[in-house]
Order: sequence, then C-alpha cells, then structure tokens
Amino acid sequence: MALSLAEVEHVAELARLCLTDAEKSLFRDQLSAILDHAAVLQGVDTSAIAPTATVLPLRNVLRADVSRPSLPQEDVLANAPDGRDGFFAVRAILSATPKSS
Amino acid sequence: MMPRDLPALTVYSAAQLLHAGEISATELTESVLDRIYALDNTIKAYLALTPELALEGAQQADAALVAARRTGSVAELPPLLGIPLAIKDVITVEGVPLTCGSRILEGYIPPYQATAIIRLLDAGGVLLGKTNTDEFAMGSSTENSAYFTTRNPWDLTRVPGGSSGGSAAAVAADLCLGALGSDTGGSVRQPASLCGIVGLKPTYGRVSRYGLVAYASSLDQIGPLAKDVTDAALLLRAIAGHDPADSTSVDAPVPDYAAALQRMNGESKPLAGLRVGVPQEYFIAGIQPEVESAVRGAIDKLADLGADVRPISLPHTDLALPVYYLVAPAEASANLARFDGIRYGLSVEAESLWDTYRRTRGQGFGPEVKRRIMLGTYALSAGYYDAYYLKAQQVRTLIKADFDAALAEVDVIACPTSPTTAFPIGERAADPLSMYLADIFTLSLNLAGLCGISLPCGFDGQGLPIGLQLMAGAFQEERLLTAAYAYEQATEWHLQKPVIAAVESQE
Repeated sequence: MALSLAEVEHVAELARLCLTDAEKSLFRDQLSAILDHAAVLQGVDTSAIAPTATVLPLRNVLRADVSRPSLPQEDVLANAPDGRDGFFAVRAILSATPKSS
Repeated sequence: MMPRDLPALTVYSAAQLLHAGEISATELTESVLDRIYALDNTIKAYLALTPELALEGAQQADAALVAARRTGSVAELPPLLGIPLAIKDVITVEGVPLTCGSRILEGYIPPYQATAIIRLLDAGGVLLGKTNTDEFAMGSSTENSAYFTTRNPWDLTRVPGGSSGGSAAAVAADLCLGALGSDTGGSVRQPASLCGIVGLKPTYGRVSRYGLVAYASSLDQIGPLAKDVTDAALLLRAIAGHDPADSTSVDAPVPDYAAALQRMNGESKPLAGLRVGVPQEYFIAGIQPEVESAVRGAIDKLADLGADVRPISLPHTDLALPVYYLVAPAEASANLARFDGIRYGLSVEAESLWDTYRRTRGQGFGPEVKRRIMLGTYALSAGYYDAYYLKAQQVRTLIKADFDAALAEVDVIACPTSPTTAFPIGERAADPLSMYLADIFTLSLNLAGLCGISLPCGFDGQGLPIGLQLMAGAFQEERLLTAAYAYEQATEWHLQKPVIAAVESQE
C-alpha cells in the first residue's frame, strides 16, 4: 500500500518528529515498501486467535507499601537542560497549540 | 605467560590463573587495555573506555585474591573476580556516559546502575567500557550507530553484525574476556554468529531489564557474548534471576550452569536421549550454500554425539519478519517518546514546547530510529491499529504456538543463526528490508519469548565464521548450554582466532 505525503506528515505529527522534505519522501517510499511486505499478514485467518502482548501470564506485581530511598533530586535533575527549584523547567503549554510543522 | 596472550584467555581459564596466583587482575586488565589501545582504532568496538574504573576494580580484585589465598578460601571467591568485561552501551553504568549509539543521549550520565551491572560487579567483574551498537539497538550491522561502524575482526571491510556488534567484535578480537549485549530480534545471536563467538539470548524474564534502555519491552533481554560455551554459562549465571525492580523478571531458580557442563566431561555420547528438531522452514532459498552445509554438518555431529535428530515444522516462520517489524516498532514508538529534550540528553531550543519536542527528536534521532518510530506510530494509529498492530499480535500467538507444539516433541531446535556470513559494510545500508532479512532466523525466538544460543560451526570460503543456532523452551538454558557444550567439545571452531589484518601482521 502506498502512503501519501499527507499521511506521512500526519504520522510525523503524532510522533512529534520534525522531518525534512527529503525525509518525508524517503519515508513515504520505505514505509510503503515495509507495509507491502506486512500485507501477507492480512491473508492469515486470525478470527479465533487471541493477541499476544507478552509471553508471560499477565498479572499485577505488588510489593509492600513502605517508603524506601530513591535517587536524590539533584541527581535526577543533573541531566536536564533546564531545572529550577527542584523541578524540570519547560515552556508554558497553555498558550501553545499543536500545529503541523 | 606472555602479556600479549592474556587478553586471549577465556573467563574460565583466567579465573583459574588468578586463583592460583599465576597472574594478577591488574596485570590482566592492563594487558587487555593495552590491546584495546593498540587495536581498537582499527576495530572500533568501544564507544567509551573506563580505564580508571577498570584498574580500580582490578586492584580490589587483587586484594581479595591475596586475602583468599592467605586464608585458603579461594573456592569461595565470586565467580568473575578480576575478569575484564565489556558492556553494550544500552545498559546503564552509574556515572559512565550512556549514548545508546544515539546523538539524542549525548552527554547523558545515568544516575543509577542496571541490575545486570550490579550483579556483574557483585560477582567481581571489571568493567572496561561501553561498546558500540546500532542506535537504540535498532539494526543488524552497527551501521546505524550515530558515531561509527564497528569492523568485523575477521574482515575489516565487513560488518560485525548487530546490534550488539561492538560487544561481539570486542570478544572476537580479544579486546575483553566477555561482554553483555541485548537481544530484541537477534541482536546477541546474529553478531555472535558473524564474529565467530558464542552469544546467548535468555528466556524472556530470565535476566532483569532494569537499566536496559527499552526498545521493545515485550522482546528485549540482556544476554552474554563469550569466547566459549562455558564462559556464556558463567556470565549468564552471574546476571540471571529475579529482580523486584523489573516486574517482568521471573522468580525461578538459577542453576549452576557451568557445573552442569563440567558433569558432562568424559561422556562418549553426551547427547544420548536428547531430541533435536530441525525445522525445514529454516533451510530456505536464499540461504548461503556454505551456511547450509556447515549447519547441516553440525546437526550430523549432534547425532554422532547421541542426539535423536528429527525433522520438525514451524509453519508460521515466514510471518515472523512482518510480525516483528510491526510489534517491535510499535513498542519502540511508545518507549522512545521519553526522549523529548526535557529531562535528559539533547534539547533544541524552540518557541513552544511542541517545537522543542519535534526539533529535538528530528535532530537527535537517526534515520532507522525515525523510520521505526514512524512505522510503529502508524501501526498504532486510529484506523490502522486492528489491521496492523492487533493483527501482528494475533499472528504472534500462532508463532508461539508453533514453538509450543514443536517443543512438545523435541528438547532442542537446531538451525542456522543467520542466512549469510558477514556482509560488506555499506551493502545493505540503503535498503531497510534487505537489512531486516539478516534477522530472519532469530526474530521468531524473541516473539515466542524462549531461549537460544549461537555458537561457531564452521567458516565459508572467504574465512568468515558461520553460526549454529540452538533454541529451547522457557527457562531451559541449562539444556541449551549442555547441548552447545557437547558440540563445542567435539569440534575446534571456537579455538580459531582472527588475525587482525594489517595491524597484527606488522607487530
């Protein structure tokens, strides 16, 4: 199946990826080829088959609800480009709206 | 023993010499570091070295060795005491920069230790440095590393395989005694095969993933790369076992794998009673003829050793590639959402938070990572989820059922690790699908969550190593290792060493 450039741009927006025009057309072609390859799956009758998300039996893993030491705040913030007063600093989001790049 | 022979030691043989006081850990670590300084400009296995950390660890090991010899308690020493090891740079070592082969993590210093590293250090291991990898472990050649491509020690114009290609090349070139890698679709076994060494992918849940940067969480496992099967057994035992910090690690006993191997010594038919299945679907058109003949020869050898070899079928094998390349990118697209320029790594200034996200990710990720994020995002997006992601998960169930049925009839499955030997650098870089085919024989095992090993079983006409893959059921690593060990003891492939062309010949 051939993807359109508009579909590539939509997916890039969902993935928060800024792509160049050259990347968009490259990915349109390459993703189309990979999805063509995956089309073989559509021929498999899976109407009675449950999906496998993990090979382990799904279960909650619980531990005793007791506090224990965690990483010091300054160690956690040490890798951040911008931190203030023990927080990660980010630009205000309330005035910003997502728009296509 | 000459200093230049020390890096060629196995973990097991080095431990013997250390215990006997014939060599010191410092001497051993220095000799390996010297070899790295002499050869790694050529091989390019390491992204970063930690010589201070290594020598400090070696000195501590020497102190422990001296004390133990004095008190006669050498037998109680931790199993990897003083052994220099390499770590794939997708596993956190506290205080040592971690890149995952990506620009987006350049400068990141992890504030915590991966559980596998805690266990290696508790076992006395000495850390030499971090090895090259395809970016976020996505690739089969290390060509997707944002930094450089690692060279195959057997032929410097060829890839070492990937994504754990740095660890595999380091082991093969004696730039460490053993290494850790990670295997999501074959990333330990395939480079082990292409570099002529042993690589083991443990059962999903056998080794804690805490501190392994997540690529595809339902598939990822840390595994050892080693010079022989005994070393793989020693390294696996050191890192395996339940970890409360990883809810997918399983609380199951960890056997003394190496002791099980020792018990086999001297048996003339060590594999008597072992049922070995040969899946016809793994001998397909397109496989390199020399790979097929070497692997068929290895399977004959298993029969000579007493194994009951019989044909089996894994009928959905041809669907593993499309299933993997939907499931793994889908999980990756979610896992890699955390790299957004806010908490760590690259951050590109922009007017809005949205643009910081977009530009950081656009600049920080390389082409293969972007491609898989796009593919995964598409497969999970509204309107396509059922057709792609859900469909892939359903077919995954069929692939797993194939293994369940086959492993009800046989104990071990034998097949090639890779359809070809090491390919030339650049040959597949422009065509993602041709690169994906490098993992065609290793992907299924991850989808089924079982364990597998690759070990040397021959060379092609150009002197490039060929790997035999053995697979077994969940938590059957001991069975896997004993079968591999019996084959290894009956052959000499694992004793072959590459001559690093144009470097060692001048020495």
